[in-house]
Amino acid sequence: MTRRRLPEWFVLLLPAFIVIAAVVLIPLIFSLYSSFTPYKLTRPSTLWKWVGTFNYEKILSDAKFWSAFGRTVLFLTIVLNLELLLGLGIALMMNKVTWGQRTLRTILMFPMMFSPILVGFQFKFIFNDNIGLVNNVLQSLGSDAALPWLVDGKLAMFSIIFAEIWMSTSVFAILILAGLFAMPRDPLEAAKVDGCTAWQTFRHITLPFLMPFIYIAMTIRSLDVARAYDIVQIMTGGGPARRTELLWTLMSRTGYVDARMGLANAMGYVSIILSILFTVYFFRKLSAARGQIGMAG
Amino acid sequence: MTEVTLSNVVKYYGKHRAVHGINLAINDGEFVVLVGPSGCGKSTTLRMIAGLEDISDGEVTIAGRVVNDLPPRERNISMVFQNYALYPHMTVRENLGFSLVIAKADEAAIAKAVDEAAEILGLNELMDRKPAELSGGQRQRVAMGRAIVRHPDVFLFDEPLSNLDAKLRTQMRVEIKKLHQRVGNTIIYVTHDQVEAMTLADRIVLMQDGHIVQVGTPLELFNKPNNTFVATFIGSPPMNLVDGKVVGAETIELYGGLSVPVPAAARGLISDGQHVKFGFRADNLMPVGHSVQEEGEKADLELKVTLTEPLGTETVLFTEIAGNEVQAKMLNPRPVRPGEVLKFQLMLDKCHVFDAASAEAIRG
Ligand SMILES: Nc1ncnc2c1ncn2[C@@H]1O[C@H](COP(=O)(O)OP(=O)(O)OP(=O)(O)O)[C@@H](O)[C@H]1O
Ligand SMILES: [Mg+2]
Repeated sequence: MTRRRLPEWFVLLLPAFIVIAAVVLIPLIFSLYSSFTPYKLTRPSTLWKWVGTFNYEKILSDAKFWSAFGRTVLFLTIVLNLELLLGLGIALMMNKVTWGQRTLRTILMFPMMFSPILVGFQFKFIFNDNIGLVNNVLQSLGSDAALPWLVDGKLAMFSIIFAEIWMSTSVFAILILAGLFAMPRDPLEAAKVDGCTAWQTFRHITLPFLMPFIYIAMTIRSLDVARAYDIVQIMTGGGPARRTELLWTLMSRTGYVDARMGLANAMGYVSIILSILFTVYFFRKLSAARGQIGMAG
Repeated sequence: MTEVTLSNVVKYYGKHRAVHGINLAINDGEFVVLVGPSGCGKSTTLRMIAGLEDISDGEVTIAGRVVNDLPPRERNISMVFQNYALYPHMTVRENLGFSLVIAKADEAAIAKAVDEAAEILGLNELMDRKPAELSGGQRQRVAMGRAIVRHPDVFLFDEPLSNLDAKLRTQMRVEIKKLHQRVGNTIIYVTHDQVEAMTLADRIVLMQDGHIVQVGTPLELFNKPNNTFVATFIGSPPMNLVDGKVVGAETIELYGGLSVPVPAAARGLISDGQHVKFGFRADNLMPVGHSVQEEGEKADLELKVTLTEPLGTETVLFTEIAGNEVQAKMLNPRPVRPGEVLKFQLMLDKCHVFDAASAEAIRG
């Protein structure tokens, strides 16, 4: 009398399967499904009404969505590039420091240790038009205009970008610094002998070597920034009048304030594509750059 | 004309003095080898010539120009590094041509120079590979190719062969010598291997603890070492040194009872009772019947062999004189058992006497 038993590996993996199904798979399927319904949190019965691609069509013709989409791409581009430049600069300078470098490295990490919510509140205060630090300083320097940092569309965008960069430039700085530490010294000397100026050495030898590290940072940060929500939510809430609306604030507004969950989920899937595109792009670049310096086979 | 001169060149690393004011004049087209034990300041000296290390004091000139404050790129030198220092992200072709690209040479000229170097070093097959895809010997050749592409005034080599296996090292040594005969540039070559120094150099500069101990042709250093350090550093196996004391004017009594006559070169320069080191090479102590027949003064010794090292054409015999281990050579060797007592002949004309206190050679 032999009873068929489940294979051992399956039994051992079962708890993992169950947990993953519960926390990832089911929400994923549910949200995907609901993006094809007019699901409203206030009227649960709408969940069972299939509307096909209606939500998607609606999004694709929705100017508000596209402006948030465009603003997100712009935000990503500006933030990533500025963080790269600043991070590279900081790393190059830190690499020259011979005394107290450990302490400096630790200090550099501080902004990363704060919760984005706290950073949001901090900058909300700093950029406040009445009591904020920036305006106070400006006024004590003799300017009598109270700049509407978080109200004017452009200034608000600037403030948010500033906060984001303040918080995360160190990701670039630290990864690039790691690259500089790993950099062999010999090729740099060979370049000097071969006739390179300091700039040429940097351009032709150091930078190619750092590229993989830069792309790793880019990949990590592009995922982060594409998800930017907390800082924006705290500082401006996407306002005023949607002038700082990014994809994620728009989505949470649609889902939780307007309670139109089906539509919000559809937006989510469209913006995930954006994230994936950015990530794939940087990942490709990373592989290519690694191949360049002979890291990959 | 590319002479290189160093006058009173000093290097401090912080408070540590690595090079103690050395003087050296290198002629145009000369192949000079800096040799010495690890940490004696060879690389430091070379790097000061290259401009990779600040010169703390003194003066370096290349082609008559003081270069102390010139960056490497204005010195018109090439350097081959111990670890090759190839650019990992460039192909062999790009590595070779890089210095010319930086110098903004036109494309045709670059291609020509690169092909020429590739031809000389046999790199044609490898031109599109990256350094990671090359063997050690191939990387070494690329590093040399990169150096010759620029037609520099001076080549600087810092232990370029030390990462290669013994066979490849011998092979590359020949290549380097051929290269020098072909291009005829001034070469300054650093190594800690005295065989490389002997085989390559027009002139050897032997360094110790940041000082130059002796400068001369390989044979000068071999035949007329200034002191015991040179005597034991140059030549393989190293020169045998036996402690002794001068008795009268004609005899050196080696501790342990054996006496030898004072070699002609030292006669009249030593005084009764002086403590000395008596030096001779293994080639000058040979068993009777297994030696080269040479004219000159000889001394006969009977010695017990303790160990043998057969090398084929010759066997190195280990024995003892006055309590010091001594090596002898046996030509046309026959098998020798440890413990066997043989009759040896010592070629007195080829022996050296060093003052025991100062270690300096006593020679007329
Ligand atoms: N960057 C440095 N900082 C401090 N001391 C150094 C530095 N480079 C070399 N030294 C010291 O200077 C001395 C000479 O070093 P150098 O590298 O010239 O030796 P070397 O003759 O080339 O030895 P090797 O055969 O091992 O390469 C050594 O005592 C070394 O410890
Ligand atoms: Mg060295």
